[in-house]
Amino acid sequence: MLNPVSAPAPHAPLLSVQGLGVTYETGAQGFWGRPKSFDALQDISFDLHAGETLGLVGESGSGKTTTGRAVLRRIKTSAGKIVFKGNDITRTDGEALRKLRRNMQLVFQDPYSSLNPRMRVIDIVAEPLLVHGLIRHVDEARDRITELLRVVGLPADAHDRFPHAFSGGQRQRIGIARALALQPEFIVADEPVSALDVSVRAQVVNLMQDLQKELGLGYLFIAHDLSVVRHISHRVAILYAGRMVEIADRDDLYDHPIHPYTEALLSAVPVPDPRTQRQRKRIVYGGEVPDLVNPPPGCRFSTRCPLATEQCRKDAPKLTERSPRHLVACWNR
Amino acid sequence: MNISAMSNNEPLLEIDRLKVEFDTRRGLVQGLRGVTLSIGRGETLGVVGESGSGKSVTAQAVMGLIDMPGRIASGDIRWKGRSLLGADGERYARDIRGKEVAMVFQDPMTSLNPVLRVGTQIGEVLERHLGMTRKQARTRSEELLAAVGISAPGRRLDQHPHEFSGGMRQRVMIAMAIACEPQLLIADEPTTALDVTIQAQILELLAELQQSLGLSIVLITHDLGVVAGLCHRVAVMYAGQIIETGQAEDVFERPAHPYTQGLLRSTPRLDEVSDRLISIDGTPPNLVTPPDGCSFQQRCPLSGEACKKAPQLAHIRPDAEAACWQPSTPAWATPLMTPSISH
Repeated sequence: MLNPVSAPAPHAPLLSVQGLGVTYETGAQGFWGRPKSFDALQDISFDLHAGETLGLVGESGSGKTTTGRAVLRRIKTSAGKIVFKGNDITRTDGEALRKLRRNMQLVFQDPYSSLNPRMRVIDIVAEPLLVHGLIRHVDEARDRITELLRVVGLPADAHDRFPHAFSGGQRQRIGIARALALQPEFIVADEPVSALDVSVRAQVVNLMQDLQKELGLGYLFIAHDLSVVRHISHRVAILYAGRMVEIADRDDLYDHPIHPYTEALLSAVPVPDPRTQRQRKRIVYGGEVPDLVNPPPGCRFSTRCPLATEQCRKDAPKLTERSPRHLVACWNR
Repeated sequence: MNISAMSNNEPLLEIDRLKVEFDTRRGLVQGLRGVTLSIGRGETLGVVGESGSGKSVTAQAVMGLIDMPGRIASGDIRWKGRSLLGADGERYARDIRGKEVAMVFQDPMTSLNPVLRVGTQIGEVLERHLGMTRKQARTRSEELLAAVGISAPGRRLDQHPHEFSGGMRQRVMIAMAIACEPQLLIADEPTTALDVTIQAQILELLAELQQSLGLSIVLITHDLGVVAGLCHRVAVMYAGQIIETGQAEDVFERPAHPYTQGLLRSTPRLDEVSDRLISIDGTPPNLVTPPDGCSFQQRCPLSGEACKKAPQLAHIRPDAEAACWQPSTPAWATPLMTPSISH
């Protein structure tokens, strides 16, 4: 059970994920068939410290959103351990889980569908406080919400307006204010800026960085945009088809990628500078992400990898440390 | 990749002071407010802008896709010197659209008919525009799928769109677009819905097709990186107008308009570590009641008295234009922190 008073050791991570796995069930094969299942996530491990951002990158179906949800205990895990502030929370439930959730919040991708159009901004931001029984009526939190709205850079008269009165960037600020209402230490941000225009995206990225500095928040920043991830993250993990292929400190990963998939992924991102972009060596691998219901045996990248050998097609490589803090799952690199 | 411009003097497509309006419940939205553009043979033009800047409306106007409640209020669109507007123009436009000018849309999931086999859909284009028989069309469709990099094209022709992945569907869309060997391909955010490695494959394909078919391409995108890799020339749009245009290298290296400068500096780069991004405060203006004068003045750090009068696109170098009273002036200093928190 969660023991909220135990303080973690000084350098202990805020969040430690060890060998996490998630299995999803698909429909039954045939009328009498047993439900089939597949591994959406396998063997995911990482540490996240307070005040640190871990960028979680991958293409569609790589399992990044699943990782975020599993860590927040929103979906069932099938393997591994989640340790939050020194406490194993993998099996926490009931009232303890409710209390735990105050400390872990989620910011969503789509600022249009993640805010209830019939609620005023003040009700949206106060809802977590009501749900967790910290206030009995919205009016009790008015001052606090005024402060939150100021902090996220919304106009003072935003309180009594409805979401439709705000632009995409402002709505994302409302979503962030809602996530901050319970004073969490850990926030999962699932593609928080992907739906925003470039100039507005910068505003929200800057806001998230400022909040982190002020409040010492730990972010799990899920995104497919490698440029934004490089800007905001301290450490970066690359997922491919439900497995982690590489994790390292930000600059180490971007400047010295080791896994062939990371290399290809980085080389595929266009740089907004024609001269540089035309000189960059692009590694374009054919093929596409394998079907997770019938994944290839062994390394899941082996179907597209130019280095793949017999071993790769048979056994899945484990993440191993190649240089300090730089882990890679590959047989040939 | 060789991307030196191969254009000769006569432009293929000219858009001349085009104005497009949409009659909505909120009032008359001025979607395009006097857009002038031209594109030469073999050239790739990138049209960059944020949502609502008018980049897609420009493409739709060329393809005749502006429907009620929208209408072309004034201006002209010319293909090889002949207008596509008016009664005569409409007849001419019907001949060239889909044949000499083709378009690829953003969302390959919704632009294919889900109940028809892919082969039927490509064949339809060939039968209608080129008068092929069904058998000829099938052979040609197979060649086209092979040309856009789809393996086992004969078998794939008999499949339905749901059996294709996103990247493969976009390849099918491109195959349909190049079916009649067009001279101009308009691609509206062709890779926005795709993963980055798949995006790289599609951009590679477009560059190859441009080389092998001598295509001109208008690439509409919000992604400055995509433009940098593929385009000779860039036009930057803001609030229904073009505010800067020039050679791609120049615009990226020496952006003249404060908006272009801000856009480039607010985009994080893969090959650089920056402490803080420039953020352009505020949002684009409402196009029902666009401001008098420069449309960027409310967000511009340089704005002054002069900006109350609208600047026109004017030459800042022989092949570069900007619509600004103080072009090429550095507009953005290091950004400030947002207000601090008292808990």
